[in-house]
Amino acid sequence: MKVGVLVFPGTWSHQDFAHVLQDVLGCDWGYVWHKDTSVSGYDCLILPGGFAHGDYLRCGAIARFSPVMEAVVRFAKSGGPVIGSCNGFQILCEAGLLPGALLRNTSLQYRCRWVHIRTESTATPFTRTLRVGQVLTMPISHGEGRYFAAPETLAELQANGQIVFRYSAPDGRITAEANPNGALDNIAGICNEGRNVVGLMPHPERAAESLLRSEDGRLLFDAMRAAATRS
Amino acid sequence: MLEARIHVTLKKSVLDPQGDTVKSGLASLGFTTVQDCRVGKFMVLRLNETDAAAARARVDEMCRKLLANPVIEDYVFQINEVAG
Repeated sequence: MKVGVLVFPGTWSHQDFAHVLQDVLGCDWGYVWHKDTSVSGYDCLILPGGFAHGDYLRCGAIARFSPVMEAVVRFAKSGGPVIGSCNGFQILCEAGLLPGALLRNTSLQYRCRWVHIRTESTATPFTRTLRVGQVLTMPISHGEGRYFAAPETLAELQANGQIVFRYSAPDGRITAEANPNGALDNIAGICNEGRNVVGLMPHPERAAESLLRSEDGRLLFDAMRAAATRS
Repeated sequence: MLEARIHVTLKKSVLDPQGDTVKSGLASLGFTTVQDCRVGKFMVLRLNETDAAAARARVDEMCRKLLANPVIEDYVFQINEVAG
């Protein structure tokens, strides 16, 4: 399996992903520059966090016009597994690959801390080896992470089981205190209808080694690899 | 030469914590008559066009496709004649 890590001007988490892929997982990977027009040869794509194109206008709004995005959309539409974390999640929403949008945190403050997220769906390539209700510990680092969708969109997400992660207490209870940004329904991550595109605000790549306090992020990579080996 | 003046604000149904913070700032200065405050973006485009109707259609498309995100934002704009 070869994993493509997308890099836009202003992306900042690509080296963290590269480190996990290479040094922790021993996995084949490569960077995909935003001006590239093809993603052929890759079995999975990662959109890392950062501030693509300075987040001008809105987070992810300009990145959607980067030449590589046409190839990413084709890859996603053909069922290829795609995961976006933090700014990558914002880009996937702006590109229309995921429903909804991410707004300024209700606190108006940047939040950089550890959170607990409860697994709500295991029917994605990145969560299929987890179990529903499993609580993962990962860091967040964002100013615009408040997930929002129109009431009818939220109802669809709930009905289709497209909510993948929700902010929770360490024991898995969904509480207002556990919600770091005011996200609708404590939503931390969702998937598309085809279930192959996943976006989440937390950073799995910063929680993939015990040295960094949590190895829970690694579970998403392991699930992805298991899915790739099977197919 | 035409000029488009575009205002983009969060939809009424979307919480605007920045607007609420500005409102409470105004209240603490004694401006207690402020009922609601919404903070948004203001954009000015100079257009190489002479037909206001055509310009209006094009700016509307620009707003829908990029300048505003229809999931969370509303927009209004005016088209004015300006000296080239």
